[in-house]
Amino acid sequence: MVVLRTGPVTIGGVTLDNHLLLAAGVLGTTGASLSRMLARGAGGVVTKSIGPAPKDGHAGPCVTLLDCGILNAMGLPNPSREFTGELETLKNRPVIVSVFGGNPDEFAEVAGWFKGLAAGIELNLSCPHAEGYGAAIGVDPLLVEKCTKAVSALGIPTWVKLTPNVTNITAIGKAAERGGASAIVAINTVKAMRISTSLRRPVLGNRYGGLSGEAIFPVAVRCVYELYEACSLPIIGCGGISTVDNVIEMMMAGAQAVEIGSAVQRDIGIFESIKRDLYAKKGIEPGEIVGCAHG
Amino acid sequence: MDDQLPVQVTLTEIQTETPSVRTFFFDRSFSFEPGQFVMVWVPGVDEIPMALSSANSITVQKAGDATGAMFALETGASLGIRGPFGNGFTRGEKMLAIAGGVGAAPLLPLARSDCVMTMLLGARTEKELLFVDQLDESTDVIIATDDGTLGQHGFVTDLMKDLSLAAYDRIAVCGPEPMMRAVFSLVDGQGLTAKTEFSLHRYMKCGVGVCGSCCIDPDGLRVCRDGPVFSGEFLKKSEFGHYCRDASGRKKTI
Repeated sequence: MVVLRTGPVTIGGVTLDNHLLLAAGVLGTTGASLSRMLARGAGGVVTKSIGPAPKDGHAGPCVTLLDCGILNAMGLPNPSREFTGELETLKNRPVIVSVFGGNPDEFAEVAGWFKGLAAGIELNLSCPHAEGYGAAIGVDPLLVEKCTKAVSALGIPTWVKLTPNVTNITAIGKAAERGGASAIVAINTVKAMRISTSLRRPVLGNRYGGLSGEAIFPVAVRCVYELYEACSLPIIGCGGISTVDNVIEMMMAGAQAVEIGSAVQRDIGIFESIKRDLYAKKGIEPGEIVGCAHG
Repeated sequence: MDDQLPVQVTLTEIQTETPSVRTFFFDRSFSFEPGQFVMVWVPGVDEIPMALSSANSITVQKAGDATGAMFALETGASLGIRGPFGNGFTRGEKMLAIAGGVGAAPLLPLARSDCVMTMLLGARTEKELLFVDQLDESTDVIIATDDGTLGQHGFVTDLMKDLSLAAYDRIAVCGPEPMMRAVFSLVDGQGLTAKTEFSLHRYMKCGVGVCGSCCIDPDGLRVCRDGPVFSGEFLKKSEFGHYCRDASGRKKTI
C-alpha cells in the first residue's frame, strides 16, 4: 500500500490541509456543517452550489439510497447571496464555494460575492437535473470557456467541475483550460433514473437525477485518466471514492487531490479514517504517484 | 442488492383525530423506536418527514402542499415510505412525557411501551387535544388548553410547575418549538436538561444525513441522522427556539 507524506498541499491556487476535500452538495448548506467536516479531517470543503437567486429545489423524493450509490435530484436549493453569512466563521479556511448560473454574467456575479471570503470558486457546469442550468452549459465547450473566463477574470482560483454526461469530456476540459481555469474537477453525477415498480413511477420527484457513489467510480477514473492525457491543468478526482485505495487509484489516474461526497452518508468519519491510512511522516511525495498509470 | 427505494404502502384506514389532524394507517408495519420518523412520499406531490405514531401509522397535521394532498386521499390509496430514520427517545423507567398539539404523535408509542408515568398534554383548545383516550389507557394524563376549554387553563409549562420533576428519570418532549423552548427554560432552571430530550422538526430533503438541509447551529449536527431527538444539554447553546432554515437554506426566526 502506498503511503503519502503528511503536510499541506497547494492545488489549483488553493492550499489544503490534505488531499481529501468534501464534495459539493454534501453537508455544505451551513457554515456549521462545513466546519464540522473540516474538524473531522477534510483537507478542504466545497459548499452547496450557490446561484443568483434563492431556490427551494425540486419536490421530493430528492434522494434514494441504492446498494451501489446514491441517486439524487435536489434541484439546486440554495439561499443565494445570504450564504455569505454562513462563511463568516470560516475566513482563511480552505473553503471553495460552488457556484452556478444561467450564463457567464450570472456566474461572475455570484462568484464575485465570495471574493475575499472563499479560498476558491468551483463552477457547477454539470448539475444534470436543473433545467436551464448546469449541464445545459457544461456540455457546450464555448459556453464552458465563457463562464470560466468570466469567473477567472475576477482573480479568484477557479475550479471547473465537469459533467461525465458528454461524448468527449476532454473537449470540455480543454475549454475550461482556455477559459483560464486553475483546476478541473471530474466528475459530477451520472444522469440516471429508478422506477418504483409498485408505484409505477420514477422514484425521484424530478424523475431524472444524478447517480453518485461507488457505482460511478470506474467512470470517474476513466474521465480523470483521459483529462490527464489531454489537459495540463491540475485535476481533482471526484466520483465514488470511499477507500484509501480509491484515493491512490484516482491519483495514479492523474488526480492531484480528490473530493469525497456520497461515502459521507455511510460514515461521517470517512475523512479521519482515510487519513489514518493514507499518511505518514515518512511517506512518499504525492508527485511520485500522480499520473503514474500513464505512459 | 440493498437498494432502499421507497416502499409502497396502501392506506387501510384514515382516522379523524381532531379538526386538523388525521391518522393514516397502512397495510405494512415497520420496526421502529418511538421518536423515529419516516419520509412519506405522496406520489406526484412531495415527500415529507413524519413521525410514526405506531408501527403502521402516521399522524398528520394539515399544514402544507403534501399534507393537504394527504387529506384528500381515501383508503386504498398508495404512499411511498422510506425509513424509519433517525434516533428515538431514550427510555427510562419513570418517564415524564410532554406533548403540545400534534407532538403527541411520536409520544403515543412511547407511552404504550409502559415507561411513561405521567403525560402532560397541551393544545390550543379541547377539540385539538390529540390521543386523549389512547394515552389515558397507558399513562396518567394531565391536560392543559390555551383557552381553558378542558383541563388547566394555560400551557403545559403551567402543569410542570405543580409536578416534582426530580421524581422522573427521563423527560421526553415534542411539540411546537416555542412550547418546547418554554419547557427547556423550565427544566434548565432546575438543572434537569441532561435528562430531558426534545424532538426537533427541521426542513429535510434527503432524510439520510447527506444533503445537509436540516443541519443545526452551532455544531452542524443533522436533525435527520444525529436526531431528531436531542438532549437538552446539547441544545442549550443552539439555534433551538431561535431560528431555523427554510427549503432554500435561508434563516427564519421561530
